[in-house]
Amino acid sequence: MYRILREIIRLGRVGDPPPKPGPAGADGVPGYFRHSLAIRQVDAGSCNGCELEINALNGPHYGLENAGFRFSASPRHADVLLVTGPVTRHMAEALRSTYAAMPHPKRVVAVGDCACCGGVFAGSYAVLDGVEAVLPVDLHIPGCPPDPDALLRGLLTAAGEPPLAVEESP
Amino acid sequence: MPSPQLRALGSFRRWAGSAPGWSGRVAAPLWLSLGQAIHGQGGRLMGLWGEDRRAAEGCFLVHGAFLFEQGLLLAEQEVNAARPETPSLAAIFPAANRMERTLYDLLGIRAQGLADQRPWLRHQAWPEDQFPLRADFPGSDLGSAGDDRYAFVPVSGAEVHEIPVGPVHAGTIEPGHFRFQVLGEEVLRLEAHLGYTHKGTERLFQGRDIAGGARLAGRVSGDSTVAYGWVYARAVEQILALTPPPRAQWLRALCLERERLANHLGDLGALGNDAGLAFALTQFSRLKEDFLRDQERYFGHRYLMDRIAPGGVAFDLDAGQCASLREAGRALGLAVARLQEILAEHGGLRDRVVTLGRISPPLAADLGMMGVAGRASGQAWDLRVQFPQSPYDALDVRMALESDGDVAARMAVRFAEITESLRLQDQILDALPAGETLLPVAGLPADGVGAAWVEGWRGEILLWLRMEEGRITRCHPQDPSWTLWPAVEQAALRDIVADFPLINKSFNLNYSGHDL
Repeated sequence: MYRILREIIRLGRVGDPPPKPGPAGADGVPGYFRHSLAIRQVDAGSCNGCELEINALNGPHYGLENAGFRFSASPRHADVLLVTGPVTRHMAEALRSTYAAMPHPKRVVAVGDCACCGGVFAGSYAVLDGVEAVLPVDLHIPGCPPDPDALLRGLLTAAGEPPLAVEESP
Repeated sequence: MPSPQLRALGSFRRWAGSAPGWSGRVAAPLWLSLGQAIHGQGGRLMGLWGEDRRAAEGCFLVHGAFLFEQGLLLAEQEVNAARPETPSLAAIFPAANRMERTLYDLLGIRAQGLADQRPWLRHQAWPEDQFPLRADFPGSDLGSAGDDRYAFVPVSGAEVHEIPVGPVHAGTIEPGHFRFQVLGEEVLRLEAHLGYTHKGTERLFQGRDIAGGARLAGRVSGDSTVAYGWVYARAVEQILALTPPPRAQWLRALCLERERLANHLGDLGALGNDAGLAFALTQFSRLKEDFLRDQERYFGHRYLMDRIAPGGVAFDLDAGQCASLREAGRALGLAVARLQEILAEHGGLRDRVVTLGRISPPLAADLGMMGVAGRASGQAWDLRVQFPQSPYDALDVRMALESDGDVAARMAVRFAEITESLRLQDQILDALPAGETLLPVAGLPADGVGAAWVEGWRGEILLWLRMEEGRITRCHPQDPSWTLWPAVEQAALRDIVADFPLINKSFNLNYSGHDL
């Protein structure tokens, strides 16, 4: 126990504090941040590069929970669906079901070049060339893979104005 | 040379290049004898795939890659185009089961004698009578219905029940389905159903030029982008009869060892977390993130994607950068050693991982295991040690080997490999040859067949490539996960369902590189 405490103290706080909600900056991060969002991630056939970066985002350098985000194990508790991969035909149904299981209001964020447009896998018989073929996408975060900083900025944008409440339930 | 027994089965010729390998054609009736001869010498099946050669040769080809103590044997078998069948090797090599089912899914070649004829990579996205890797695949009639008809092997009994898990899981991981049949808490049987990330990668390779293929090869599996980039580059270079500059070869090995380090760091943190020790996740995540930031700073990409290019490498390091990497490596080694001691003494963690998910060495040998999971079960295979190719022939790699075969052993192998990879990094940085790093390959006449293998962080990765007039006509990457997934099913038996995440993470197998 003593050694664990010593390592925790040695580590201290790492990384930069997460971007704070506030007046809109030149970097395009929205003016204020109203919600604390739960994220459900679905890999719709990525190469797993995007998953590596999403896991890195959850590490101590990025203070994800300080910024108001946490990952949810179930779509039932999620506000944002984070989708990676070009959406393989084999995953399309599971992706639709996950989206359907989320309560309203909800947002969909396409993460990585593949989720945005199919990326290097575009045009294959086995993929649908991006999330938009299956779900309405609110925000695209391109990159191969997008780094945790880009992911965090994207999440802040997805959580910003207009507020989630303007969406209507079907 | 292959043994006289093998020579009697076909005419095998030695490859050009540094890797000890032979290739040749075997008549279909001798296919099983070949498998038995390899198996009899302690050899293993590395991969099995097919090729539509009807336009060029009037037949299909089935390719088998076998590894035995002298090197790699690539055998091919002509398959009648009107009646595409091949003798099944699954009775000799269990890993052949899913490879042969895939052979039917993608090419329509039926494995004769294989009892299990369920589809493997094909769900319901394309009709049963269409085969994506045939040249005349119409690509029409494609669907995206869920695969709810897969016939899992049933287990019956009054108290037995089933737990379906996936393809979407609770964490941020790749999709796959696991079907547990349990009695109370205890797992009686586990069957995996994969193929959810099938992207048609092999067909996408077809028609690409050298550079286009390299980009795709680097994305077969993101966590092994260096390993796939390297085998692809080496296969291309074999076709071009081109040797990359020595400095490039050493820098490639540096990338491969760093890929191993990054993944092992991540896995050890995640394993601690799955056992309820959040401390380990935080500590290892921090080490990994600092490591990735160094890769961005010195190599130009956090995961080293597209750093290896056919002809060499697409980056270079100056003396100052080498010194910084050496310094960071020393600090990392000290930090990991401290954590290793803490984890070894942590009773709560030991309770969870010791004896859990055990694969005994004899079972591991039967399954043909290798890589991290194989070495944790006493299977002494490491291509860097047994068949070292430049620069590993100058590095004297020490193999990590454990025999308990449990989660703790797979952790121990990772710890040992972190230490070893850091030592190799030092050696590489100290002895890095001077000179250029990249030879031009664009416009060279690429025509022929190449194959390459490398010891990736999970295990051995193989890539086979045929190019005609500068374009890829067939490319098959083979991930070690093909052979290792059945071992996960065995490892979960007799443990409880709640321990499965820990067992699964200790293997950390590939979906994308398997589903292709």
